Amino acid sequence: MAIRVISDKCNGCGLCVKSCPVGAIEVTNKQAVIDLDLCNYCGSCVSACRFRAIVVDIEKQPIENLDQYKGVWVYGEHFKGNIAPVVLELVGIGRQLADDRNTELAVVVLGDGLDHAIEELSGYPVDKIYLYEAPELAQYDGERYSRVLADVIRELKPEIMLAGATTQGRSFMSQVAVRVYTGLTADCTGLAIGKDDGLLYQTRPAYGGNVMATILCPYTRPQMATVRHKVFPISPKRSNGAKPEVVRLNTKPQLFSSRSEILDFIESCEETVNITEADVIVSGGRGIQDPANFALLEELAKTLGGAVGASRAAVDAGWIPYCHQVGQTGKTVCPKLYIACGISGAVQHQAGMSSSETIIAINKDPDAPIFQIADFGIVADCLEIVPLITKKIRAMRGEI
Amino acid sequence: MKFDPETNALIREGVESQINPFDLYALEEAVRVKERLQEQGDEATVVAMSMGPQQAEEALREAISLGADSAILLSDRAFRGSDTWATSYALARALLKLEPDIVFCGMQAIDGDTGQVGPGIAVHMDYAQATYVARIESLDKKKMVVRRLLENGYEICSVRLPAVLTVVKEINEPRTPSLRGKMNAKKAQIPVWTAEDIDAPEDKLGFQGSPTQVVKVFSPPHREGGEKWSGEPDELADKLVGLLKELEIV
Repeated sequence: MAIRVISDKCNGCGLCVKSCPVGAIEVTNKQAVIDLDLCNYCGSCVSACRFRAIVVDIEKQPIENLDQYKGVWVYGEHFKGNIAPVVLELVGIGRQLADDRNTELAVVVLGDGLDHAIEELSGYPVDKIYLYEAPELAQYDGERYSRVLADVIRELKPEIMLAGATTQGRSFMSQVAVRVYTGLTADCTGLAIGKDDGLLYQTRPAYGGNVMATILCPYTRPQMATVRHKVFPISPKRSNGAKPEVVRLNTKPQLFSSRSEILDFIESCEETVNITEADVIVSGGRGIQDPANFALLEELAKTLGGAVGASRAAVDAGWIPYCHQVGQTGKTVCPKLYIACGISGAVQHQAGMSSSETIIAINKDPDAPIFQIADFGIVADCLEIVPLITKKIRAMRGEI
Repeated sequence: MKFDPETNALIREGVESQINPFDLYALEEAVRVKERLQEQGDEATVVAMSMGPQQAEEALREAISLGADSAILLSDRAFRGSDTWATSYALARALLKLEPDIVFCGMQAIDGDTGQVGPGIAVHMDYAQATYVARIESLDKKKMVVRRLLENGYEICSVRLPAVLTVVKEINEPRTPSLRGKMNAKKAQIPVWTAEDIDAPEDKLGFQGSPTQVVKVFSPPHREGGEKWSGEPDELADKLVGLLKELEIV
């Protein structure tokens, strides 16, 4: 494996120098020179070069016949038998991928007492539901679940495996991928089948959303990806009366050992907390000035059927709990509407919300960076505007 | 007790290197656990470990200034091009040489931000694991009880030791370096371990050992600022309500 510059093609333009995230390239005597001690083979320069002067030589070969892997699988994450909303989004994109590969779409569900989950999934265009039911699997346990799913994958050999990029999906899938020795791409925002090679092209943001990378898993199977919530629309319901075939998998209790045990679960007392699932987020920053003022945002969020978010500044000031934080060290969200109130919009905050469908920013400072990405910028004091909007909407609905 | 930042430190402009923000919480928690154990009269040390180019040594010195007793850098041309599979494999091989009781990782790095390396390390090492830990409720020689931050609440979970933990920001507030820490950091010798030192076959390392491959890197669609409105609060609020209607939010 090596990366090299073809000297005949390189004219020293320097595009590769700018593209390199680790500063490993210099132009000397009109030739790009790559410092192999710094290079991490990310491929940025290869795609940046307009003259195809940088190549990565690949010597890898698959170790087994990859044609024996067939079918697109979606991991049916559920909470107490209720299918997680992201699963229905994965069924939508999974259906497309399966059709493009001319193969079947299956959902694999692990747990105990899954009748409700089957019923929920049956209304969607899924060909098969693989069920792995055992009392020991009633609750998610990473060690136990990953041993079970890795075993099922080795036996049934799916070509593609998708899961939601939830806290469960991200930790679960990375354990499975290590066990079966295959690739896993986190937090994908784009998935497509390559027309010529039939491979799964997985696109994801990196470096806080400043860079997009397309990733392949050419030599091992399944090709695994976790997908962010709300990136793909929920699958349309099945139009004909057909039902998916339900396949009950044989359980192997010898796989059920685990070194951890769930003792308790404390549901979050605040109902407006799950910002990753909200269609509307009303978010507050330093401009909120006082923790009590978050009540104004809560009222608006409630009126709009949304959730309350916050910038790091507001969380660090102790005005609102961490689970509300949006941004690089908080959550990444992509709601239909994001209303940023008194948030200046540092790049770290933008990294968590810039893929929202519509952004409205309300800020007193006309030069706040948030205005550079907001579709609608309102130069005003959010503490004045927000309660007015709430009042007007409620009046319009005849509530006051 | 040993400590491990998830993947290598973030590299800025190819020269300076600093600890990935999430790993600061992991380091702080490791140091707090060590201090608690020492108060009880138990022995404990914190080792900071990173995989990356030579410059990552700076981040490891920072870790020592923040309370780590020593540090180890995994650096070898053979590690280059590692994806999360190969990164967690190499780190696991190195960690197994030290046989730590607890491995602390940040929940994710801020360059790749996959969150996959911590759980991967646990599987490669065959250790128990707990991800997204927001609090250590209790700790004894055989097990620990942790509070995990999930989307819809907290899970209280008992984990047998040895174990790998990945921690969230909520777990603590990291300290600033002490004067003594800074002095220790300055004079610390940081050994560099290569592929040979961790007994790892080259076909499982770096680009060769990585199942995934980056084929294209590009800039995301640029987002432009749109209309800007100013005026009387009442008028602005009316306009906004109109906009919300147009967007079919109300």
